[in-house]
Amino acid sequence: MQLSTRALVLGSTVGLGAAFAAPALAADPGTMDVTINIPRLKVAEYHKPYVSIWVEKAGAKTKTVAVWYDHDMKANEGTKWLRDVRQWWRVSGRSLTFPANGITGATRAPGAHKISFSRAQLGAAAPGQYTLVIEAAREVGGRELLRIPFSWPAKAGAGGRAAGKTELGAVAVSFR
Amino acid sequence: MMNKRLWGFAAGAALAALAAVPASAHRQWMMPSSTVVSGDDVWVTVDAAVSNDLFYFEHQPMRLDAMKAWAPDGTEAAIENKSTGRYRSTFDVHLTQKGTWRIASVADMLTGSYDLNGKTERLPRGTTTTNLAERLPAGATNVKTAEANNRNEIFVSVGEPTTTLFKPVGKGIELVPVTHPNDLVAGETATFQFLFDGKPTAGLPVTVIQGGIRYRDQLGQMDLTTGADGKVEMTWAEPGMYWLNVTTPQVERKEGEGAPPPLARRASYVTTLEVLAP
Repeated sequence: MQLSTRALVLGSTVGLGAAFAAPALAADPGTMDVTINIPRLKVAEYHKPYVSIWVEKAGAKTKTVAVWYDHDMKANEGTKWLRDVRQWWRVSGRSLTFPANGITGATRAPGAHKISFSRAQLGAAAPGQYTLVIEAAREVGGRELLRIPFSWPAKAGAGGRAAGKTELGAVAVSFR
Repeated sequence: MMNKRLWGFAAGAALAALAAVPASAHRQWMMPSSTVVSGDDVWVTVDAAVSNDLFYFEHQPMRLDAMKAWAPDGTEAAIENKSTGRYRSTFDVHLTQKGTWRIASVADMLTGSYDLNGKTERLPRGTTTTNLAERLPAGATNVKTAEANNRNEIFVSVGEPTTTLFKPVGKGIELVPVTHPNDLVAGETATFQFLFDGKPTAGLPVTVIQGGIRYRDQLGQMDLTTGADGKVEMTWAEPGMYWLNVTTPQVERKEGEGAPPPLARRASYVTTLEVLAP
């Protein structure tokens, strides 16, 4: 019994260690790492997608943690297309003002992008079940949304992943 | 007796012709470029027309004489770049405030007749309850009137939808948002409440038709009726633009009888609703 528990813990630490070289049996994780792959698309007219990342919890206010959009256009013109990230616009975006402090970022090129959030940034003060939602919408292109459930307090080695088919590639969540 | 019968027929016909959306006839509509808007300096362009198929401008333009727009804070805003073509009218509204805007064309009309020097005359076009007295010639007797209030309005929200513009004026049919008209998503059920002359009214027929009629075989319209509290629910099967029409109950013409007597009071309501994909 003792042994199998140890093995389990070890097993999960090995997985975590491989990715982040976290010390074995660390304290409760305080940071969520999210890796988002933006696919390279063979299209005649390509624009980097707008991407919104937010946290949902049943009965709690939705919290946007990142918005990647054309934030540096003159006269804030890039905000015109924020509503195309339509589910995010409905649950959170439309009540924000832009540029939004701490969550605004530039659009990202195709490839893997890592972004990290503290527990406070995630708004995950209360223990319980949460969902991280990633939605991408591309000018003259499509739109896709992925959901990855997680719980807080997070366990070392816990995580989740989802894979998009069109506008998003693999998205992975882990804790350290 | 003869006169009365004639009047009944004439008034019925006149009402049917004047009502913005008579049953089994052309549909009046407005089509905004967007209803859910983000950004700092945004405009909406609206097409307005009267046609059979929704939303194709193919019959008559909607007249813009009574078109008005209101900002979320209640101030009236300009209708800009107005143009009326053969089949449609078009105009812009500069959305300079965050919140829900209303763009509406409201017509309050009085039809009817009066007797003068032994002849029955029709009330002139453009008669309303407020100008009736001055429009009636001296010596007019046996004055009969029927009032019609027709409202066609759309809503556009910049950022978060607001409800500041939904204070009823108490005349004609008005919409009270239980579900906000700019917060509609396919697969969800929306509830609207309808007031007639300011009061929640049961038994009002509500018709909802999705746009794109030209390219489908079945109209697929929803025929609904307001409940006891004036409320009506509808579930959106698909995203798209929908035409919603509410009228006062229509009197059916019975077999072998003449036209029913004219209703003293009629009203209609039209709006265009955008239902987004989930």
